[in-house]
Amino acid sequence: MQLATDSAKEVKKQKKRNWKRWSIHLFPIPALIIYGLFVVYPLFAALTYSFFDWNGMVRGDFVGLKNFKDLFTLEPFSGYFWNAFGHNILYFVLQMIFQNGLAFALAYIIFKKIRGAEFLKISYFLPRLLSVIVVGFLWKLILNPNYGALNVLLEKIGLGHLQEAWLGDPDTALIAIILVNSWYGLGFGVLIFLAGFQSIPKELMEAGKLDGATGLAMVRKILIPLMIPSIMIMTVLTFIQSFEAFELVYAMQGSQGEPYHSTDTLAVYFYRLAFGGSTGGSTTAVGLGSALAVVLFLFISIFTGLYLKYMQKKQVDM
Amino acid sequence: MKHTFWTKPFYYVFAFFIASISLYPILLMILSSFKSSAEIFTSPLAFPKSFTLETYKNLLDQIPFMQYFLNSTIVSVVSVSLILITSSLAAFYIARFTFYWNNMLFFFFLMGMMLPIKLGIVPLFILMKDLNLLNTLWALIFMYTATGIPISVLILTGFFRTMPHELEEAARIDGAGNLRILWNVVLPLMRPALGTVMILQFIQSWNDFFFPLVFITDEMKKTIPVGMLSLFGQYSADWGALFAGLTLASLPMIVLFFIASKQFMEGLTQGAIK
Repeated sequence: MQLATDSAKEVKKQKKRNWKRWSIHLFPIPALIIYGLFVVYPLFAALTYSFFDWNGMVRGDFVGLKNFKDLFTLEPFSGYFWNAFGHNILYFVLQMIFQNGLAFALAYIIFKKIRGAEFLKISYFLPRLLSVIVVGFLWKLILNPNYGALNVLLEKIGLGHLQEAWLGDPDTALIAIILVNSWYGLGFGVLIFLAGFQSIPKELMEAGKLDGATGLAMVRKILIPLMIPSIMIMTVLTFIQSFEAFELVYAMQGSQGEPYHSTDTLAVYFYRLAFGGSTGGSTTAVGLGSALAVVLFLFISIFTGLYLKYMQKKQVDM
Repeated sequence: MKHTFWTKPFYYVFAFFIASISLYPILLMILSSFKSSAEIFTSPLAFPKSFTLETYKNLLDQIPFMQYFLNSTIVSVVSVSLILITSSLAAFYIARFTFYWNNMLFFFFLMGMMLPIKLGIVPLFILMKDLNLLNTLWALIFMYTATGIPISVLILTGFFRTMPHELEEAARIDGAGNLRILWNVVLPLMRPALGTVMILQFIQSWNDFFFPLVFITDEMKKTIPVGMLSLFGQYSADWGALFAGLTLASLPMIVLFFIASKQFMEGLTQGAIK
């Protein structure tokens, strides 16, 4: 009898030990389920959606690559596509210049130990805390042609002839949006570049100085190569963000990318295809939208992948 | 580096000029919210003459701002909590054990940082409809939790890996289970990393506009950012109330930022640098 209870106890203990050992495998399960269901699954589903005909949100027949063909060859869809694609490219290039170029210069200045560095960092960063929709609406008010602060300010300082209907004119609307985006993202760039500058070993700078490198030569030969990791991060992030640009355009110019689609981007066009308004009406084109999503997804991942690979090689070469 | 005599002054002028461009629109937003619409139209740049609170009263009369605020708070608090729980469990598993699939698992989570999730919005919409989650705060909570997990797992795993194993071993010998070790031994030492994750995810979920735009049409379920869309759609002539709305929408984040500006700036950049 005594023996039996002992062995029963032993079994119980053993079971408990086993449970302890394998229960650890439950730990990543909640994260996996939520992340898998709401991030990974939808992106794979979007891929399969692009091969079907869609009637509203109801799936129709398998149509192979027809959606992709239509996207690139059928008017007005192909026209919208290339128009928006061009805007995304401009978005990226101008963001690199205005946001990242400026951020690099400012980070360098702060790195040079100027007084008020903390105040400057906080000031540049503050816009990043606002919701993008708040940023869009705030600037829409500031850029208003009649009552907006910018035009009034120009008038006051005697530059009245520069007044513009910034968001109403197809020539300035997109650039205005990109500049607003740079205003929003500047502080983030400053912090990333500043962290980059601060991680450069002091000895390298000293060595450069001893070798007689001054001013620009110092920047070009020593600082820039050592800054490649942070330049790389900002380039990739700006690239992804430029090709996903949606919120700001939507807030400032609506889902049609007014005026006359002059501020349309691929993500805004995608939104129109998916949720209506692609041809001015409310008809949706989920198949085309999914095809566009796949194209955009491949484009972003291939370019970021290639760029990262190229930069890594370059870094090893040095 | 040798400086010519004008470099330093030029640095100052340039840096502070750009800082004023960063700050001025925000200042303008706050100041204009205390002006009547008529005063904004006649003298948009001037300091408010009378500091009226009428604009805020109008705003609260026009839109259910308090409801938006409550919704935003619920969504942010619940999703940040869920992110902290699920991510620390997953990161603990990845960092402290060496099962042979751990690297693959880590990579699978990291992939999420590069995935443009907005492109999956149509399947997501259908999924939410099938789960009966459209027009509920849960749709938003699940989205922010799911999109927040990758970077949180990255940050927490990085932190877990730097911690010494001794304490854990001691607890294990004392017979503590994994959950107890995580909760009582490891997590208390992780406060800085948990703080970083918390701030980063709080900003994301508080400010996001895309998911509620798609998932929420019920006025009473809206969060502040989509609430702004209703405000600007319906009351676009009352600029005083518009500025008041923008100010109220931004105020919580700005106040928190001034309480913990260092942690905010570290939090938002940390994920990118690692």
